[in-house]
Amino acid sequence: MAKFTAQDALRGRWSPRAKPAAVGWFAGLGGLLALAALALGFAAARLAGLAYLLALVGLLAVALGAATCWLAALVIQFSALVGRLLFRFAFPIFLIALVGLIVIAWVPALLYHVVDQIAVDRGQSGGALTVAEIQAHLERGGNPGTRLSAAAAYALWPLQFRLMRDLLAMLGAVAFVSLVAMFGIWWERKVAGRIQSRLGPMRVGGWHGWAQSLADGLKLLQKEDIFLGGADRPLFKLAPYVAFVPALTLFLALPFSAAWVGRDLDVGLIFVLAMFGVGVLGVLIAGWASNNKWSMLGAMREACQMISYEIPLGFSLLVPIVTAGTLRLTTIGEMQAGGFHTWLAFANPFTFAAAVIFFVATLASCKRAPFDLPEAESELVAGYHTEYSGFRWALFFFAEYAEMFAAGALATILFCGAWYSPLPASWGTGLARGPVWQQALHGILFSGPLWFVFKSLFFVYVQIWLRWTLPRIRLDQVMYACVQVLLPLTMLALLGNTVWELLVRDGGAVALVANVVLTLVGAAAVIGMIGIIVYAFANRRKLVGTLAIEHLPGS
Amino acid sequence: MAAALVLLVLTAGPGALAQGDLVSAPAAQAQAPPAPPQRGSTGEALAFYVLAAIAAGSALGCVAATNIVRMAMCLLGTLGAVALLYFLMAANFLGVIQLIVYAGGTLIVIVFGVMLTSRAYGVRLRPRPSEALAGLVVCAALFVGLVTILVRTTWKPAATEPQVYEVAQIGSELLSTYLVPFELASVLLLAVMIGAAYLAQPTARSESQRAK
Repeated sequence: MAKFTAQDALRGRWSPRAKPAAVGWFAGLGGLLALAALALGFAAARLAGLAYLLALVGLLAVALGAATCWLAALVIQFSALVGRLLFRFAFPIFLIALVGLIVIAWVPALLYHVVDQIAVDRGQSGGALTVAEIQAHLERGGNPGTRLSAAAAYALWPLQFRLMRDLLAMLGAVAFVSLVAMFGIWWERKVAGRIQSRLGPMRVGGWHGWAQSLADGLKLLQKEDIFLGGADRPLFKLAPYVAFVPALTLFLALPFSAAWVGRDLDVGLIFVLAMFGVGVLGVLIAGWASNNKWSMLGAMREACQMISYEIPLGFSLLVPIVTAGTLRLTTIGEMQAGGFHTWLAFANPFTFAAAVIFFVATLASCKRAPFDLPEAESELVAGYHTEYSGFRWALFFFAEYAEMFAAGALATILFCGAWYSPLPASWGTGLARGPVWQQALHGILFSGPLWFVFKSLFFVYVQIWLRWTLPRIRLDQVMYACVQVLLPLTMLALLGNTVWELLVRDGGAVALVANVVLTLVGAAAVIGMIGIIVYAFANRRKLVGTLAIEHLPGS
Repeated sequence: MAAALVLLVLTAGPGALAQGDLVSAPAAQAQAPPAPPQRGSTGEALAFYVLAAIAAGSALGCVAATNIVRMAMCLLGTLGAVALLYFLMAANFLGVIQLIVYAGGTLIVIVFGVMLTSRAYGVRLRPRPSEALAGLVVCAALFVGLVTILVRTTWKPAATEPQVYEVAQIGSELLSTYLVPFELASVLLLAVMIGAAYLAQPTARSESQRAK
């Protein structure tokens, strides 16, 4: 076996050591699961109704499991080859994956649309659609032949049920959270590098080390799962999931667009808030179960911080709710249609203040600097996840980045126009009626999910930016900022907004002036930020270190 | 560059759809009957039994555990399963409040308290025989009472669909019909806050001790 050196790693050659035992296990498990999937498939063909639905769900899960197992076996067996291929064909893989993801994201939405349309066409006569009805509807249109339409009808039938839609939404949430976490970690490292006049990851994947997170993920999956002798083993195992699952679940209630939401709950906002709260338990349990004083201190700081900051967080959320009059996230979003000036943050001075307070409070609840005391590297090794390794450790990071995105998403929905484009809506109507290229332009400039993700990622970027700019503050300063600064301010904002809603007439002179002034302030902030970015990019050679200059794009 | 254009168009086409077609989807859903009446369906019954089993099992675990943090985690299982039962009965508000108050608030305070009294790591909690006896008597009385009520009640299925209450309705009911209990609860909370502030205020003695 050839010796594996650091030079090899730099050239993208990965460790050639295979793990035969793990490969065997994974391949065998994959085979068993595939057999189970085959059996379920045969069973599903003979069933109907709920049993068919359950069999189909089982089939989906088992087939996915089999595919994952075999893929894992292949990756472990040929890890050196996979690493090299990943390095060689980085950009095509990236493009194919991106296009595939977009297609996968849109297919269920279109299929739901078809099923809903069939239900509308059939009218009110009760009960669920039957397979025969769907098939009849399909053949009425283009008549693709009986066998094909029967298969399509069977495939479409489960999509009318909430259970199936929830499962698909959950799968989508898992995929999206993994993507956001991997992208967020890479981005954080790049931004950190640039802020500190370094390059950040540059090697894996070719273009600015974009595949670094992917490589790290593969590495973490292959790592040994370490348990401490003195740890509380069941709780130690459980904790990462308690941290991760709520961070994942809240994506079910998060609307990416008016129609793009797993469950449009009437209590959507407090559901997301509750999930934030439950996730803290995972951190607490992790710190306690590790039986390590650093972990324990980190967990205690986390608990202390979370309990305190949930109060200003909740109260600052009450301010836009007073204006919106609902807890349903989609309704709050739809109130802000029509352009930059309709954003709730610009409705009156108090919602503007609440937006700022909310953002500061989310920094604390996501454990981001300057409130990152629970994992203060310079004091506590790594805080609550000191003793974790491998995949369990990765889960904490997935949870953190998912929560960061969710915090940005909440700020977007509540204060910054949700999924609506900041461009005036009147521009859109003209474009939408124009020729095809104008329609495409309209699709880009006014696409709901695209703007939503873009705005949320902007808030994630601000969180990253603050982390690498501000020093960590002491715990007593954290508490002081919460109890004596943020809390009174939120109370004032809440009181002020209530009085404003009672006294100031909608569309009156006072409301108009406030709206215009605040919109101008917001616009100035955005333009200033864009200006800084342009200036920094134009002068990047002055702003980075000598090593970095040779590697900068365009050099 | 070309690839980027392809990507943009790919996202854009369906994006236009989201703005045009699918935005009206809620309206379409309002006309359509996509969610059939599920009352008493097998799926619901299955979900109920599974959740009930989880709630009961975690409650048992909470009693049987000898370690206080494990007890708290079992309690999380019970509270979470009960919250899911609320969701199952379309009481979304109640379920979310259950999660936010008990799972996100009370449990965190319990675990936090345990951590502050950090001797608890090796401590095993076991009831004394007298305590066990008292607990047994109370539980037996409760069990007999509940079973008696269950058996004696004549259950009849509701004639109409259970009404789903929106949060706004609950809020206006709380501030009109049920105003007195609501205000009483807030007075109770105020008393608790005053008590906590009194307990937390530094006394003259501890101040002087700190000065030394």
